[in-house]
Amino acid sequence: MTEQHTAKAFDVDLQDLSRMVAEMGGLAEKQVADAVDALAKRDTNLAQRVTASDVNIDALQREIEEKSVLTIARRQPMAVDLREIVGALRVANDLERIGDLAKNIAKRVIALNAEFPPPKLIRGVEHMTDLVLEQLKAVLDAYGRRDDSKAMAVWRGDEEIDAVCTSVFRELLTYMMEDPRNITFCIHLMFCAKNIERMGDHATNIAETVHYIIDGNPITERRPKGDTTTLAALTGASGN
Amino acid sequence: MSTANFTVPTVTHAASNAGDLVEKVTVQNLDFYYGDHRALKDINVSLYHGKVTAFIGPSGCGKSTLLRVLNRMYDLYPHQRATGHVRLDNDDILAPSQDLNLLRAKVGMVFQKPTPFPMTIYENIAFGIRLYEKLPKSELDDRVKHALARAALWDEVKDKLGASGLSLSGGQQQRLCIARTVAVRPEVILFDEPCSALDPISTAKIEELIDELKEDYTIAIVTHNMQQAARVSDFTAFMYLGEMVEYGDTTRMFTTPTDRRTQDYITGRFG
Repeated sequence: MTEQHTAKAFDVDLQDLSRMVAEMGGLAEKQVADAVDALAKRDTNLAQRVTASDVNIDALQREIEEKSVLTIARRQPMAVDLREIVGALRVANDLERIGDLAKNIAKRVIALNAEFPPPKLIRGVEHMTDLVLEQLKAVLDAYGRRDDSKAMAVWRGDEEIDAVCTSVFRELLTYMMEDPRNITFCIHLMFCAKNIERMGDHATNIAETVHYIIDGNPITERRPKGDTTTLAALTGASGN
Repeated sequence: MSTANFTVPTVTHAASNAGDLVEKVTVQNLDFYYGDHRALKDINVSLYHGKVTAFIGPSGCGKSTLLRVLNRMYDLYPHQRATGHVRLDNDDILAPSQDLNLLRAKVGMVFQKPTPFPMTIYENIAFGIRLYEKLPKSELDDRVKHALARAALWDEVKDKLGASGLSLSGGQQQRLCIARTVAVRPEVILFDEPCSALDPISTAKIEELIDELKEDYTIAIVTHNMQQAARVSDFTAFMYLGEMVEYGDTTRMFTTPTDRRTQDYITGRFG
């Protein structure tokens, strides 16, 4: 937005919304990092804290929703302004979901209690997390700077996360077949991996929203997909 | 807002059913002068039958001037002239031989401020009809009733047709004026900011009415209310400093305008 509105207060409203979304993004990033950290370090205290802090993200989302509705009612935004507000609503929604998924990982860390998987199995999940956090950071950056090309890069970059997710699935599957006692934590880890993969999907959603805000049109090309976990189960099972 | 680099106006027909559109009024290369001042610059636009076309733009951009050309209203004033082509079907509106009374019956106009004649409600409607046709009383009654019904006013005034038109509320007066326009069976109706002096309820009634009327007429509306243009029109034209900056499908104009000036105007960044 280069030119200012005649009604300056409208600019302030839009800036506030944008700032709140950025703040929410920061919180979500921290939640994801902390949840996986708790998993890797077997830190149930940290996991408890992650579970407890999710309310902050939820509260921010509600605030963004209220502010958006109020701004629409007050200013009757058109064109790019309307997209800004609809965009903020959508991004806030995706960030809230990412927060939920992080909370779910934290809950599993608590549920695992003392029964922790060997670190080498967690490494795959950690690697996925690094990729997702990178994507999340990039897309929030693209949102903050209204950078369409950066958003599109994130949108296309989800493929790698999907691929790693598939390989983690295969690995866990083999592990479970080796010894049924591994099943409990492997299932938990699988859910964690799937959660992280879903976060990646939300990051691409945000990328789509950023594109929509800037361009005004939805993306029409098909997104490259690398998630073949649905097939991994079959190939993994038949491979043994 | 840079006004230095004026480009050729973007005229896009985003409506997917562009093939079904019937051009009723065609404006080509229209220039308009108030004395030496060129108020309209090379305007090209079409009004389609059964569609509402909204003209938006800041004060003085020429949108009302354009409406005044469409029924040769400007002929009433000296030193005002138009060049170019304006066709109603195949009839050249600007031709000197044009019968102005007939033209203004075909192209009716509703103004910003309601202008009922200082006579009864009945006479306000019948007056116009009598100018063009000689009808027996019963038929005239029917026409008056029909016009008032079309303007969604019949139920409110049917028991006081003998009362003065000036005794009605502002919103009712405006609908009376619409009834008066409809009564002479026009083909095109021009609305020049018809709601700017009305309260929100009356405005909603007029908008509802425009929506109903468009089935049978070709409608053009000038409005300063962007939301109103977005609500009532099928096509929107944005004018600025006498030029047609952008013209196209209303949905697209208000969501993804292509010209920067249109975007700045509709989002309240200038004007």
